[in-house]
Amino acid sequence: MEFLLEPIEYEFFRHALLAALMVGASGGLIGVYVVLRGMSYVGHGLSHAAIGGAVIGITLNLNFYAGACAMGLLAAFIINKITKNNKIKLDAAIGIVTTAMFALGVAIVSKMRNFKQNFEAALFGNILGITEQDLIIIGLVALFTLITMFITYRTLLFSTFDNEAARVFGIKTDSVQLLFSLLLTFSVIASLNVIGVTMVAATLIAPAMTARMLTDRFSRMIMYSTIIGAVTGVIGMYLSYIFNVASGTTIVLFSVLVFALSMLVKPLRNFYRSRQY
Amino acid sequence: MPATLHSDSPLVPAVKLTCVTARYEQNVVFDDLCLEIAAGQFAGIVGPTACGKSTLLKIILGIHAVSAGQVELYNYPVNKVRPGTIGYVPQLGSVDWNFPVTVEEVISMGLYTNGRIWPWLSKQERTCIQDLAHRLGVDDCLKSHISDISGGQRQRTFLARALINNPKLLILDEPTSGVDIKTQHEVLHLLSDINRGGITILLTTHDLNAVASHLPWVICFNRGVIAQGRPNTIFTNEILTKTYGGDIVIVKSEGHLLIANSTPLKFIDESP
Repeated sequence: MEFLLEPIEYEFFRHALLAALMVGASGGLIGVYVVLRGMSYVGHGLSHAAIGGAVIGITLNLNFYAGACAMGLLAAFIINKITKNNKIKLDAAIGIVTTAMFALGVAIVSKMRNFKQNFEAALFGNILGITEQDLIIIGLVALFTLITMFITYRTLLFSTFDNEAARVFGIKTDSVQLLFSLLLTFSVIASLNVIGVTMVAATLIAPAMTARMLTDRFSRMIMYSTIIGAVTGVIGMYLSYIFNVASGTTIVLFSVLVFALSMLVKPLRNFYRSRQY
Repeated sequence: MPATLHSDSPLVPAVKLTCVTARYEQNVVFDDLCLEIAAGQFAGIVGPTACGKSTLLKIILGIHAVSAGQVELYNYPVNKVRPGTIGYVPQLGSVDWNFPVTVEEVISMGLYTNGRIWPWLSKQERTCIQDLAHRLGVDDCLKSHISDISGGQRQRTFLARALINNPKLLILDEPTSGVDIKTQHEVLHLLSDINRGGITILLTTHDLNAVASHLPWVICFNRGVIAQGRPNTIFTNEILTKTYGGDIVIVKSEGHLLIANSTPLKFIDESP
């Protein structure tokens, strides 16, 4: 019990724990739609574009989040434009646009030596780097995501499952896609300091995939994924402290371990049932 | 004194296309198409692959913009029609059967038009789903995942989603494809019952024999309307050849029409 309470005495850890809880829960929630809409690679790409933007933002003496947000939204807009005529597929557009933006960030960092420490933290996550400002931003994004997802639950479910029929039933599917892209961009950017650019995609996908292994009901999948995201975030953060490993890396490794265990649920359930009869 | 046409009057066509041109970028699918489908009709659109049937359905559904002309449903422009007026059943082949939804969740999607924001179903909505599911024979599998039910139940599930708002017009994209002959028969009988309840039905199909035996009205389509009318008057060698571009044999047997290709494949052991 003491090893659980000891790190909480430190303010930085309390910040990190709260941040991991909120990022994990909102990532788990939005991750369900990311997985079911086939947008797993979008989260990965957006985080790379955002870090390019953050670097440019800092170079221009702007806020980290302002640059990341501007570049993330610009990336989402350009990807949407490129893929609109169906000649270029989504994965190819993400590959070229977001990698170019990331490359721009790396180019600037390599020119300016004082960037290196922050840049590494942004790549892999850093529990020491969670400030009160980060907490407020993460909290606002998580709250906005939760409220929007709650209000648009039926719309999002219908358009994710059957986009064409959703349009027939009067859902403005283009607006839904735009709103979802905005939510995803905000969530990815809010997660950058906790999880790190290279790990964000996994924290979106892993809880949703784990939840999918546990249920066939959409409403339960949403609930399970949110809870799994929050729990793996918190436990991952503790493990990060205990083993002194980058927070993003530990959270991702723990999420993947939970996913691997969830794959055993169905065979075990079948085995148990076969023993009963 | 001319009759005033109200939207619910039987004199008002359910679907009216006036000089419609449809295209995908520079490719014209059909040009200057005029078509009326009477309210209360149960009509099937038949035609070869890539003849523009699906585009025609998308235009009537309001999800493909026309390049020229007008599309009206019950005298209203298609983009002004109240959501819920049209019920739509997509091709089952296009459905992601691994998507984590139960039969109940699929049917409840149709209730989106209620404007209710709460994610969970109200007591009234639950009763409505239960009643409709009972009527369509899927009430015992409401909690099942969509991949765990039979082909007939799948078709009925999507039919329930389309019917939950009591639409005036029901559109189905190839409801007879991918199901066995018994299920096909059941689905078409069910649609016939629904049509008797006053709902206009329009469907596309490749199964001419199913149309001939179950549907009262048929539209032969190939980048335009070739002919329309009752199957026993429309299914002639001339019209079907014009529609499909190949020789077709029509056999009348005990009041039924049987339609087949005139040049069947010969197997090795059948050759002289």
